[in-house]
Amino acid sequence: MTMPRRDDLRSILVIGSGPIVIGQACEFDYSGTQACKVLRDEGYRVVLVNSNPATIMTDPEFADATYVEPLDLASVTRVLEQERPDAVLPTLGGQTALNLAVELDEHGVLERLDIELVGAGIEAIRTAENRQQFKAAMEEIGLAVPRSGFAYTLDEALAVAEQVGYPLIVRPSFILGGGGTGIAHDADEMRAVAERGLAASPVSEILVEQSVLGWKEYELEVMRDHADNAVVVCSIENLDPMGVHTGDSITVAPAQTLTDVEYQRMRDAAFACIRRIGVDTGGSNIQFAVDPADGRQLVIEMNPRVSRSSALASKATGFPIAKIAAKLAVGYRLDEVLNDITGETPASFEPTIDYVVTKVPRWAFEKLPGSAPVLGTMMQSVGEAMAIGRTFPESLQKALRSLETGRYGLNCDPAEQEWDRRSDDDLVVACAVPAPDRIFALEAALRRGVTVERLAEKTGVDPWFLDQMAQIAEMRVELGGCGLETTTRPRWRAAKRLGFSDAQLAYLWGVDEADVRAARLRAGVGVTYKTVDTCAAEFAADTPYHYGTYEDEDEVAPLRRPAVVILGSGPNRIGQGVEFDYCCVHAAFALSAAGYETVMVNCNPETVSTDYDTSDRLFFEPLTGEDVLNLCEALAARGELAGVIVALGGQTPLKLAHTLEAAGIPVCGTSPASIDLAEDRERFNALCDRLGVPQPAGGTAAGAEAARAVAAEVGYPVLVRPSYVLGGRAMQIVYDAGALDAAMAELAATGTLGREGGLSASRPALIDRFLEDAVEVDVDALRDGAGEILVGGVMEHIEEAGVHSGDSACTIPPATLGSDVVDVIERHTRALADALDVRGLINVQYAVKNREVYVLEVNPRASRTVPFVGKATGVPLAKLAARVMLGTTLAELRDEGLLAASARGGAAEGGHVAVKEAVLPFARFPDVDTILGPEMRSTGEVMGIDRSFGLAFAKSQAAAGNRLPDRGTVFLSLADRDKPAGLLAARRFAELGFSLVATGGTAAALEAEGIPVDEVVAKVGEAGVDAVDLISSGKVDLVVNTPRGRGPRADGDHIRRAATLHRVACLTTVAAARAAAAGIAEWTTQVATVRSLQQYHRDGQLRLEV
Amino acid sequence: MLILRDGTRFEGEAVGHVPEAGAVAAGEVVFNTALSGYQEVLTDPSYAGQIITFTYPHIGNYGVNDDDAESRRPFCGGVVVRDLARRASNWRAIHGLDEYLRRHRLPAIAGIDTRRLTRYLREHGALPGAFGTDEATVRAAAAAGAGTEGLDLVAAVTTDTPYEAGDPDSEFHVVAYDFGIKRTILRHLESAGCYVTVVPASTPAADVLARDPDGVFLSNGPGDPEPLAYAIDNARALVGEVPVFGICLGHQILGLALGAEKIKLHFGHHGANHPVRHEASGRVEITSQNHNYAVDLTGVRGVERTHVNLNDGVCEGFRVLDAPAFGVQYHPEAGPGPHDTRYLFDEFTGLMAATA
Ligand SMILES: Nc1ncnc2c1ncn2[C@@H]1O[C@H](COP(=O)(O)OP(=O)(O)O)[C@@H](O)[C@H]1O
Ligand SMILES: Nc1ncnc2c1ncn2[C@@H]1O[C@H](COP(=O)(O)OP(=O)(O)O)[C@@H](O)[C@H]1O
Ligand SMILES: [Mg+2]
Ligand SMILES: [Mg+2]
Repeated sequence: MTMPRRDDLRSILVIGSGPIVIGQACEFDYSGTQACKVLRDEGYRVVLVNSNPATIMTDPEFADATYVEPLDLASVTRVLEQERPDAVLPTLGGQTALNLAVELDEHGVLERLDIELVGAGIEAIRTAENRQQFKAAMEEIGLAVPRSGFAYTLDEALAVAEQVGYPLIVRPSFILGGGGTGIAHDADEMRAVAERGLAASPVSEILVEQSVLGWKEYELEVMRDHADNAVVVCSIENLDPMGVHTGDSITVAPAQTLTDVEYQRMRDAAFACIRRIGVDTGGSNIQFAVDPADGRQLVIEMNPRVSRSSALASKATGFPIAKIAAKLAVGYRLDEVLNDITGETPASFEPTIDYVVTKVPRWAFEKLPGSAPVLGTMMQSVGEAMAIGRTFPESLQKALRSLETGRYGLNCDPAEQEWDRRSDDDLVVACAVPAPDRIFALEAALRRGVTVERLAEKTGVDPWFLDQMAQIAEMRVELGGCGLETTTRPRWRAAKRLGFSDAQLAYLWGVDEADVRAARLRAGVGVTYKTVDTCAAEFAADTPYHYGTYEDEDEVAPLRRPAVVILGSGPNRIGQGVEFDYCCVHAAFALSAAGYETVMVNCNPETVSTDYDTSDRLFFEPLTGEDVLNLCEALAARGELAGVIVALGGQTPLKLAHTLEAAGIPVCGTSPASIDLAEDRERFNALCDRLGVPQPAGGTAAGAEAARAVAAEVGYPVLVRPSYVLGGRAMQIVYDAGALDAAMAELAATGTLGREGGLSASRPALIDRFLEDAVEVDVDALRDGAGEILVGGVMEHIEEAGVHSGDSACTIPPATLGSDVVDVIERHTRALADALDVRGLINVQYAVKNREVYVLEVNPRASRTVPFVGKATGVPLAKLAARVMLGTTLAELRDEGLLAASARGGAAEGGHVAVKEAVLPFARFPDVDTILGPEMRSTGEVMGIDRSFGLAFAKSQAAAGNRLPDRGTVFLSLADRDKPAGLLAARRFAELGFSLVATGGTAAALEAEGIPVDEVVAKVGEAGVDAVDLISSGKVDLVVNTPRGRGPRADGDHIRRAATLHRVACLTTVAAARAAAAGIAEWTTQVATVRSLQQYHRDGQLRLEV
Repeated sequence: MLILRDGTRFEGEAVGHVPEAGAVAAGEVVFNTALSGYQEVLTDPSYAGQIITFTYPHIGNYGVNDDDAESRRPFCGGVVVRDLARRASNWRAIHGLDEYLRRHRLPAIAGIDTRRLTRYLREHGALPGAFGTDEATVRAAAAAGAGTEGLDLVAAVTTDTPYEAGDPDSEFHVVAYDFGIKRTILRHLESAGCYVTVVPASTPAADVLARDPDGVFLSNGPGDPEPLAYAIDNARALVGEVPVFGICLGHQILGLALGAEKIKLHFGHHGANHPVRHEASGRVEITSQNHNYAVDLTGVRGVERTHVNLNDGVCEGFRVLDAPAFGVQYHPEAGPGPHDTRYLFDEFTGLMAATA
């Protein structure tokens, strides 16, 4: 038997996918992490480049050298020159990694350094990614593709359109997640759509294509090895037909409505495709459109790499695509890799499943005013939830309640009333428009008796799916006829088998959820857990990857050791993303190592936490009270349940603390009572007063009247926000009573917070004096049961308070805060942690104004910044926290060596600076104002790390795709209050040799200070060249625009929009402008260098004080 | 309810054809793990005498059509599913599965925890069982269940008179023994350039040779090869005279004719995802399989194993070294299943061409 592993390779560089953005989320952290694990186990030296510090893959343990550097040609080339790997693996880092590989090749870097591309060759990548070449290739092997032509100019586009015929779809080449795509029904629409498309494509190439809107859409996940063995891992059927991006579609695995004959034809086509494109090894995703009328199949596209759908397919089948792709990349054949779920059969097989998997996307339209919640060929969702059930109705309802949008399932909850108000015809019209809540409209229509035929005809949703949903609707009606006591066991069972949650039944019967649960259990209907085993039970599986359903037999094995349940953070959303998955995964690692049996619960298929070998057991379940209680009780019945960790998954699990406590289930770490105390404004104020910790003056109000009263007392401007939400949800700064009333009305309304429960005395609005021009500071600290406190990191924000902590850049160590201020901050932090008797992590946010330190909020849980702090300082906060939550003290952890003895708390002086920058989704929502505010809108983050603040900041900007220019023209337009500070920045730019352009007022102010202005532009709309023209004509290299009047009509809005559209770096605060000037100054005068985290950390975990 | 011979009981509701009072569905309970292709599976004569459990929960989604049946009717004894689609959706569907079952008087039971049943069969092996509405009769039928071992189930499914398929002017003339032949196999032989005469299972070798065929095909079929002494003798008489190709039961008959041992698998291979290595090329083929018995070649001289199952090492194919004869245990014609191994039909025609 020849040794398959390639021994001619010693060192391999893995390219990550960078910040979380729409269309490219933490599924690539999952695939990259798996790849790094595999390659290291195979004994290769693994080098990783990824600019995203929130990821698990960038943990120093996962690679021999981890570079948190910008994912651009220059930086990656530097890493390659420094590390000289033998090969680069680009197929696990999404589109970003593929594009980088192409660049590296085009610039001859790979050849010069004699580095091989493994996974997919350049030719394969090119052919698959370039739609023109791809179509040619498909036709060459006799596979049908939609009629189409390519265009590079508007006129060409219109010409092609005439040949292809309307309706047609325009799609740019080399784009991500469908960016810049659109549908045109006539020449007029065509003009607009084509223009956007041409602008979106880096090579300004668009595909003008016959529209097959409404056809059925399918995806196949295929793997191939170097011996040309190929298998289909999973087939996926989209419930939403062609026209809704697969990333925005409700998707179901396996395919439901294909006969075997049709399926096998698709399978043959997929293999022909992957062979022709020439993906030598690894996974590919191939999309098909099928005409429901005659079964005709068209190939839509192929992704020659691991994709979002591969993550879904891996979680759906238990077949670890990324892991195996990595093995294949280094020489193994599929039949030489073991299927580690069965432990005895080879990976060269096609998984078969005995359950149904449904994925539902989660969107963030409510956070992006100006964006219309209509779905199309361009992906807009920010996350997704997946659910496993024995039937489609069960998995659909589980998936919908997993979304955490306040829904209990497929309607049968308060939010359904929105539909009940409408007429049948209205409903049908609503169904015809693909939108986030169309699925609910469909159920409402079916319940009213609108026929499946009519709905299918209007929506293109397959009748089979509609009929399955109709069965849910019918059962709901049937259940309406009975009640708690009159429901028989068979009917309970039937309801649960259709996925009904206790909450839905409680709503239906107007009783307490707890009573429903009790009655159900009395009726003898309890959950059973089945196993995901890749083989439909044909072989014994030892991997405990489970899902809950209502059957006869349960497969959960007895606990061997004390178990700790770790509740994950659910679907990604703005404000709660991969950072929290990082914390949960670290807890799993730390606690397994400490001898506990770790049990992960989560419903997000993109994550590392839902990888079956991250924890000892995985339960792929919704994070609702019912589902989590079911599990905890099932485990408690099988051994010792040491406790449940709710503090690491963000707000999602935290909300469950009470339910668990009430059920007598031990909650690890800080007590739910303390959590409340921190969230309960009144009591928290009292606490701060007692501790002498200043807060912005403020109060709470459940109604407009009370709100006005508070505002009158504290004085405007005030900040209005709901309690119990994350990400500054629905938070507003208001300058007068009128605006205040409006804000309160909005909070009370359904749609904004109605979903999270609306306003009430128990969850009032918080109203605070808004501190203008204050410096914001974030602190993450850890307190153990013995009362020792470790201050993990003190982060100074670049943007002023008022810009959400999640959207502003921040730096460790603080750049401008005096050590005396830092001392005060640490003192307050300690006082608060002690007072709340915190056991584990605590995050405190401060605003510093005139050297006075105010506390803004305290979160006695893991925060978004924990991974950043970990990467910046080398202190594994999340791991430590997990241990501390189970009673270990920091002292003991020092003895264990998990915490370096040298690590003493506080602001770090480790000889390097780390800057975190937020990444915002504006490019995808051209109509949304890019101005930053207290409502968080960033989807992800990057880190720049270097020896000085300036360099680190410059790197962070480059990594965020906001590359700062080193020469050229800076355009300035400043609000009056920003002018004094703005002038300093302007002068710096001038000194750095930039020519300055400004709007009237700003120009005057500059000249008054003797700063030369080369050009004064007209106000937008006025005669003469205005800022927008200037930016559009490419004459501006950097825009500094701080908000004057807000709102879409304001000048600044147009300017910022133009900058986004033409990809010109745009800074919206003076603070950022000054940081940028500092960055450019150093960037242009010093040689850029790259350094691995391991090196940084070796120079000592940053010294921290206690 | 469904009851196995050892008394294990499963709750479900009756669907499909409801047997007249007192009657129950009985047979050896087996499972099939294919995700699609229930129509092909139901109409595959190889399932005669068996109750088919589908491990995929939704069965009937795309209905039943005119083209995908593998024979004139279902031969299995009953069907067990988790959920029987009440509405079918596919452009080719002519009616729903439930209606189809009723038309063919085929009883079925739905709502069963089919995963529990599958796990049980995996542990205890394929077991006789029965389902119906009257517990006592069902128990009795289950207890009386004989299984398939030692029974000749072929007699019940084979054609009673010869018939032809394909174009008489085709390059090759093949005589196919019908032990329960699937239509897809005939279609593949035809498209490989064969004119096929399908003959009853008991047709003597001499009569077959009298038809002067270019090659003889031994078809798939139900149950245990051992009791089919007549078929085994005929096969022995044909090897060396004309090129012979056997699939599934035909492969077992050929094996026994050459002196191989029959083995009964614990719960058989029933699915469309079995990895098989083609020894000559090292290539992995994903195959469609449906058998409870297999052959063991140890000690048999003059034959070479050509294919092996990567899951459990079962012999999936062999060829005779000094005569143009070979067989495969799996189903290269698919129906349902992957198309990875269609090349075998060309190898058959290749042999016929070479020996012509
Ligand atoms: N010819 C077409 N007609 C109608 N819809 C289409 C067509 N081609 C693609 N789509 C829709 O657009 C979506 C995105 O197209 P795709 O080629 O997959 O781009 P991406 O690279 O963003 O995935 C698809 O999921 C499909 O729903
Ligand atoms: N009193 C205040 N003055 C100025 N800015 C504030 C004040 N309170 C909150 N902010 C700003 O609003 C942002 C969000 O508030 P925060 O309490 O952190 O909400 P969340 O819990 O959503 O993070 C903070 O990051 C800060 O920038
Ligand atoms: Mg796509
Ligand atoms: Mg905050």
